Amino acid sequence: MRTWALGAIIAAFLAVGTLIMLSEERSLIASVETVQTGFRGTGMEVGRDLERLRELMEANVVPEPPWELDTSGETVAELGIYENVQILGDLTDDQFNRFMAAITEWVSPDQGCAYCHNEENLASDEVYAKVVSRRMIQMTRHINTEWADHVAGTGVTCYTCHRGMNVPANIWFDGDAPETPPGWAGYTGGQNKVSVQAGYTSMYMDPFSRYLSAPLGEAKNIRIETRTVLPQAEDDGISLQDTEGTYSLMIHMSTALGANCTLCHNTRDFSSWEQATPQRVTAWHGLQMVRDLNADYLTPLGPVYPEHRLGLAGDAPKANCATCHIGVQKPLNGAPMADDYPSLKVANPEGQPAMDRRMDGGGQSSLLLAPAAE
Amino acid sequence: MALLSFERKYRVRGGTLIGGDLFDFWVGPFYVGFFGVTTIFFSVLGTVLIFFGAALGPTWNPWLINIAPPDLSYGLAFAPLQEGGLWQVITICAIGAFVSWMLREVEICRKLGIGYHVPFAFGVAIFAYVSLVVIRPLLLGAWGHGFPYGIFSHLDWVSNFAYQYLHFHYNPAHMIAVTFFFATVLALALHGGMVLSATNPADENEKVKTPEYEDSFFRDFIGYSIGTLGIHRLGLILALNAGFWSAVCVIISGPFWTKGWPEWWSWWLNLPIWS
Repeated sequence: MRTWALGAIIAAFLAVGTLIMLSEERSLIASVETVQTGFRGTGMEVGRDLERLRELMEANVVPEPPWELDTSGETVAELGIYENVQILGDLTDDQFNRFMAAITEWVSPDQGCAYCHNEENLASDEVYAKVVSRRMIQMTRHINTEWADHVAGTGVTCYTCHRGMNVPANIWFDGDAPETPPGWAGYTGGQNKVSVQAGYTSMYMDPFSRYLSAPLGEAKNIRIETRTVLPQAEDDGISLQDTEGTYSLMIHMSTALGANCTLCHNTRDFSSWEQATPQRVTAWHGLQMVRDLNADYLTPLGPVYPEHRLGLAGDAPKANCATCHIGVQKPLNGAPMADDYPSLKVANPEGQPAMDRRMDGGGQSSLLLAPAAE
Repeated sequence: MALLSFERKYRVRGGTLIGGDLFDFWVGPFYVGFFGVTTIFFSVLGTVLIFFGAALGPTWNPWLINIAPPDLSYGLAFAPLQEGGLWQVITICAIGAFVSWMLREVEICRKLGIGYHVPFAFGVAIFAYVSLVVIRPLLLGAWGHGFPYGIFSHLDWVSNFAYQYLHFHYNPAHMIAVTFFFATVLALALHGGMVLSATNPADENEKVKTPEYEDSFFRDFIGYSIGTLGIHRLGLILALNAGFWSAVCVIISGPFWTKGWPEWWSWWLNLPIWS
């Protein structure tokens, strides 16, 4: 009797096993999609919840262009029909109006043109948002032409970050993680509390001002460990705090992209480029790009913003990985949206000022910022 | 260890699970049995295949030999031998050998008329292994989710597997498992020390102390003694839980949670007491 029962159990297991082997069914519970990112058996995989993927597909639909692109005819600059066109003079009249219509849908669908323009005098720079958007158009062109190492040929548009909102949903300020003064008690060192930025760990609450705000070349190196037994000066003096700061930033990157550490790293040796995936190169350029954008474009806009747009420390809103990525590995799932707006894929003319004169309602102009350094 | 003089009388035939009295004999001190034969079959075949895989691979360095599972693209199908098929056959051999070994324990228990505690405990260890290379891969839909067979390579897998969930120490089942592992070694150290202190006196003329001494020690020490039988129940429960929750913490990672484990704790952060 027992022999029969045992035989039946073994036979049942073999039958089920054979069926599973032959079926090539992707997943028995069918709610997770996994992408292999390393050699088989290394455990380098990115698993994504299918329901979440569907939500992200719906949240990343590219809006239709206002109308068909027509680049024939004279440019706005040649026609001379608009006043105070500082950076978009190379567009045809039709292209210019099409871009204005699109940008309204992308950034201020509720307020319309009036969000940036004095509707009595469209040329006026008295609304701060117009000055900001001019600089943002320059920034977009800068990204699409100078940072192909990160955005490739796909490029970005205003919509990549704005998504129909005046201010992109994912921005950061210096004052997001107020430092407690060092003392004998209560000193948190900017950590030891729930850090949303660091994926709800208790690591650094503000990895961004630490790693993403300084200009290129001056920024703090992103490192996790020394190459010597004890931290050495020539090794950047990497401490355990640097390790945690780096992990905090990396967890932000992972969650911003809906990915995990093994998308870029073989975690047996985080720093080794030889064992890393090609995506790490793209990500590295992305970090340099964010530093560049924060230092040259976003932080200098501080004096232009009204107070309610500033952070607790009075600083301008700044970008991190989540600003564009919003939970997906390629923003807008890699849709080549910028191709429909060739005016965003041209380089800023050499020597174009960082931000030109601001013309007030009375036709007076004043210099806001010095020209960008070469 | 030499065969004890009285041991022979416990060596009774019968009580087998399968095959009547097929292989129902001893070789020296070892009981063979049907499942002893299958254990040898699977372990020899699996070991030979590991050496075969090593011969195909780039190194004979024992630290670096690596038998990796197939690519995820093979799903739950068979893969060619050199592309993960070896791993699949070796996995079948390993499970066959482990389960045979457990069933051989069962047969010995039946012959002696004792409980099945030892094979059950070994079964929990098998369950932990099977959850890594069968249950989780089945739930996720590809054998490639299993861990590779190699000394360094399986450690690298553990690292990457954990970093798939950003910070594995926040996995609640991992927390429970680690706690049970620590509690197990604490209990074993206390128990081992306690027994030696009472039954192995330094002076050979001194008498061995009774369990009452041991009970008194713990009553004086922490107000309670679990007793001579109880400490073994406790030890078994602690150890089995350590293995069991290890298996749980692996199975839930992926099939039931794809984000970072720290984020799982948002229910705690959102408790109405303080949120």
